[in-house]
Amino acid sequence: MPELRDLYQDIILEHSKRPRNYRALEAANRTVEGYNPLCGDHFTVYLDVEGDHIRDISFQGSGCAISKASASMMTQVVKGKRMQETEELFEKFHHVVTGENGADSNELGKLAAFAGVSEFPVRVKCATLAWHALRAALKGEQHPVSTEE
Amino acid sequence: MTTAANVFRWPEPATQTGFDVHKVRAEFPILARRVKGKPLVYLDNAATTQKPQPVIDALVRYYTAENANIHRGVHTLSELATESYEQARAVVQRFLHAADPSEIVFVRGATEGINLVAQTWGRTHVGSGDEIVISAMEHHSNIVPWQILCEQQGARLRVAPINDDGELLLDELEKLLGPKTKLVAMVHVSNALGTVNPARKVVEMGHRWNARVLLDGAQAVPHTSVDVRGLDCDFYVFSAHKVYGPTGIGVLYGKAELLDAMPPYQGGGDMISSVTFEKTLYNRLPYKFEAGTPHVAGGIGLGAALEYVNAIGIDRIAKHEHQVLACGTERLQAIPELRLIGTAREKAGVLSFVMEGIHPHDVGTILDQEGIAIRTGHHCAQPLMQRFGVPATARASLALYNTMEDIDALAGGLQKVREVFA
Repeated sequence: MPELRDLYQDIILEHSKRPRNYRALEAANRTVEGYNPLCGDHFTVYLDVEGDHIRDISFQGSGCAISKASASMMTQVVKGKRMQETEELFEKFHHVVTGENGADSNELGKLAAFAGVSEFPVRVKCATLAWHALRAALKGEQHPVSTEE
Repeated sequence: MTTAANVFRWPEPATQTGFDVHKVRAEFPILARRVKGKPLVYLDNAATTQKPQPVIDALVRYYTAENANIHRGVHTLSELATESYEQARAVVQRFLHAADPSEIVFVRGATEGINLVAQTWGRTHVGSGDEIVISAMEHHSNIVPWQILCEQQGARLRVAPINDDGELLLDELEKLLGPKTKLVAMVHVSNALGTVNPARKVVEMGHRWNARVLLDGAQAVPHTSVDVRGLDCDFYVFSAHKVYGPTGIGVLYGKAELLDAMPPYQGGGDMISSVTFEKTLYNRLPYKFEAGTPHVAGGIGLGAALEYVNAIGIDRIAKHEHQVLACGTERLQAIPELRLIGTAREKAGVLSFVMEGIHPHDVGTILDQEGIAIRTGHHCAQPLMQRFGVPATARASLALYNTMEDIDALAGGLQKVREVFA
């Protein structure tokens, strides 16, 4: 049986209480909102992209511990990365939180803390909300991203 | 830490009312199951209630021994099915204290009942510049159908505000009413707050301006006795599944003279008395509004559910639930950094709350690990959440089978939530 501590790992609780890069980004050249209408989670992801390269990233908004910690850790991990790397990282992250075959949390570094989410399927949307917004922003989309589309 | 042992214990209601909650629980088979290895503590009754054995038996009996289409067969089974379905309608009529069974229209649920009124009565009685008045505590199902109607007709939707306890401000409602008001549509008992609205008073206020009044009784019917003639409301809607019946069936009550003058909602079989390609004559009430083969089993199940409630007595149920609610209110208020949302003087069945620094979604997941089912989210009342400045709440909602032990389990679960987030 899944244990609560698998889901609410210390690093996740810590990030949910003290989210990193939690601010609006003045230099942002891309901004996308992520919204989960079922639970009301709502984040804005700000990006400063130069060419193929994420120069800076931040976020703001409200949501549960899982969605907030995921957004916080995402901003730390992708800052300075290239778009292609970010895309690959999201794919691996998605595999791990959904518990798909071939999921390997070893390649994820501290994002591996979210592996416990796979035991709580209704929380997968929480863990991936900010990532979906990031992805949309990288594709140059501007309309809000919803988990229910 | 607060534990069950060192706090004041309310006596089990059985000692006061003769209502035996443990005997009641034994009639709900699902309450015996375990969730996550723990006994199920079901506190999501405002979303849907569990079903007692007599309701399950009625559904099984219908499909086992009576299944047929109704109102059209000459054979025995069709007669039996028709009789059972129409008996259920009569049960609903008596339950709501309506004057006649023809005033009871079976619909899919409260939502469809409201949409029916909006698109039939509304399209013929609400015009450009007219106004529809609702309250700030409405469920989306009593907001959106009126927004659609207003857009279609060029009418205006007005919203009566509430106070910080979640009580309707009657003075403010009064100011919104006037000669342009064609309809007041209001929730009888709020699903998100538990507030019991002064329905009789609201009806009176609307009628003074010759407006019609619709009451959304989805959360009222399971908790209070409803007398549509005493209330003098023009329309009343509720859903069976929130009062121990099946999903997919509900009721629109309307005063006969109003229903009679309304155009049909949907066209099809059963709602006609004769059809030619030139002219169709509609059936009498209530069949004019029941196009197509209805949810026969659902209607029969609803009848069984209301008979079940009648056998226990809605007043005894209300008394029991009030005691559990009072106990729950006290226990939750004792939890540090927990804020109840909805503290009206008149309340039924709902404990909505937020915890400082902890999102309701996380509360819900942690309680689920303890076998405790509550609802988290905006409860289909987003404008209300905005009113209280919260994105969502956690909501424990009661039914007749909930006990003081359920409240103990909830309080213990919330203690666990605080430990996880300590």
